[in-house]
Amino acid sequence: MAEAAICAGCRAYFGYPITPQNEILEYMAARMPAVGGAFVQAESEVAAINMCYGASAAGVRTMTSSSSPGISLKMEGISYLAAADLPCVIINVARGGPGLGNIAPAQGDYFQATKGGGHGDYRMIVLGPATIAEAIEIVMLAFDLADKYRVPVMVLSDGMLGQMMEPIKLAEPVDPGLLPAKPWALTGASGRRPNAVTSYAMDPRDLNRINTKRQTRYRQIEEKEVRYRETETSDATIVVVAYGTVARIARTTVKMARSQGIKLGLVQPITLWPFPYAPLRALSNQVNTIITVEMSAGQMVEDVRLAVCDRAETPFYGELGGLVPTPKDILREVQRNVS
Amino acid sequence: MEQSFVLAGFGGQGVILAGKILAQAGADHGLQVTWLPSYGPEMRGGTANCTVVLSDEPIGSPVVDNPTVLVAMNLPSLDRFEKTVAKGGTILINSSLIARTAERNDLQVLNVPVNDIAVSLGNSHAANMVALGTVIKATGTIPLELIKSAMVKMLSHKDNAELVAVNQQALDAGYNAV
Repeated sequence: MAEAAICAGCRAYFGYPITPQNEILEYMAARMPAVGGAFVQAESEVAAINMCYGASAAGVRTMTSSSSPGISLKMEGISYLAAADLPCVIINVARGGPGLGNIAPAQGDYFQATKGGGHGDYRMIVLGPATIAEAIEIVMLAFDLADKYRVPVMVLSDGMLGQMMEPIKLAEPVDPGLLPAKPWALTGASGRRPNAVTSYAMDPRDLNRINTKRQTRYRQIEEKEVRYRETETSDATIVVVAYGTVARIARTTVKMARSQGIKLGLVQPITLWPFPYAPLRALSNQVNTIITVEMSAGQMVEDVRLAVCDRAETPFYGELGGLVPTPKDILREVQRNVS
Repeated sequence: MEQSFVLAGFGGQGVILAGKILAQAGADHGLQVTWLPSYGPEMRGGTANCTVVLSDEPIGSPVVDNPTVLVAMNLPSLDRFEKTVAKGGTILINSSLIARTAERNDLQVLNVPVNDIAVSLGNSHAANMVALGTVIKATGTIPLELIKSAMVKMLSHKDNAELVAVNQQALDAGYNAV
């Protein structure tokens, strides 16, 4: 993920150590200077996210990363980035929570990522990779979307993706000098009117106008940027919805179920915001049961139920505290709902 | 074809490294691979295991219910994982440290004193490579030469020809133990 950020033209990384995302920090410490970028191990997570604010305002592709408790500390900064219309990529290698929790993989940060987390009326594009190959693509996409819509983008991964290894092919690196210009950036006002980057508008009418304009951009994102992956859904009679690590585990469950004659399909939301409501709504007219599986007490399932309403049953299966469901665990839930 | 290996032992017995070498060799052999570690915040003395999946198709879950191969470097690992191994699979028992053999009779059981073999080569820390050599022979998925070259890659940053040499001997010794 760190090398993918470099490939995407990221030249400013700021972070603070926390397990299980230290590999990103460690990699960036060695790699960023080698490509002429800036690496700072900040004094805190709060400092790191605000360094991103500064780098982004200066027009540089910038990233920070952390794990759940550290992401909580970054929330104020994320709200400010959103309010100042600044692009930034934030990787959350999520772990067991709440509180200090543990360092095992978990998905309990879905609400925080997709429903706010920080204060105010803002949205953040949230992308959930299931494999390391997907994480490479998604990190590169995150930088493009952040710049295109001038929004912070979170890559919501977890401790399993953060710790495991598998072979990948990196994409062609982007030359940061050839990226589209950012006429709003603070690059020195010689020969032009000064730009201002701020999250502050004292007059309610001004703030109303600025916020309304931003909401229009959010509607565009909802219209154009929904991404998801369907596996074996065309003839499915029952469907699992899962994102990230759980989605890849469920791919094996689909194979196991099919070999037993159960017509199981899988929907993997890739954008968690904007959430793929429409395809789930369509599927809810085809199947009787849509099971949501998460490593949480049930967070994404609220979005699934919003999409499905009462057109299909929407049971939930979750593992808490850093436990990872196995393909058989998920199959058991599927069988329970078939019989 | 899909094979899944669980390598388990005390922290410090080198199961994480052995798994990495296996995964690297699998990738060098043109297979799809995943390597998933599982260990606590503490390292030496704690329990450690990793799961390696080798497949000629894209791998779904890197978490495996029923591995086809178990390398049990100590008794707690055998106690914990024995019942999970797939029928017809393989269990390697480090008989230097484990006093019992397997209770299962529906799979291949290899009782190999990997620590004693490593000690006879002059380095008890190479027990993990003895074990890896043995399961490579028993499963036949990956040529020993690829394991050796992957091991050299993994240890190259340590710049220690002696270490590489003893690990090569250990791989050979394990390979020839069955």
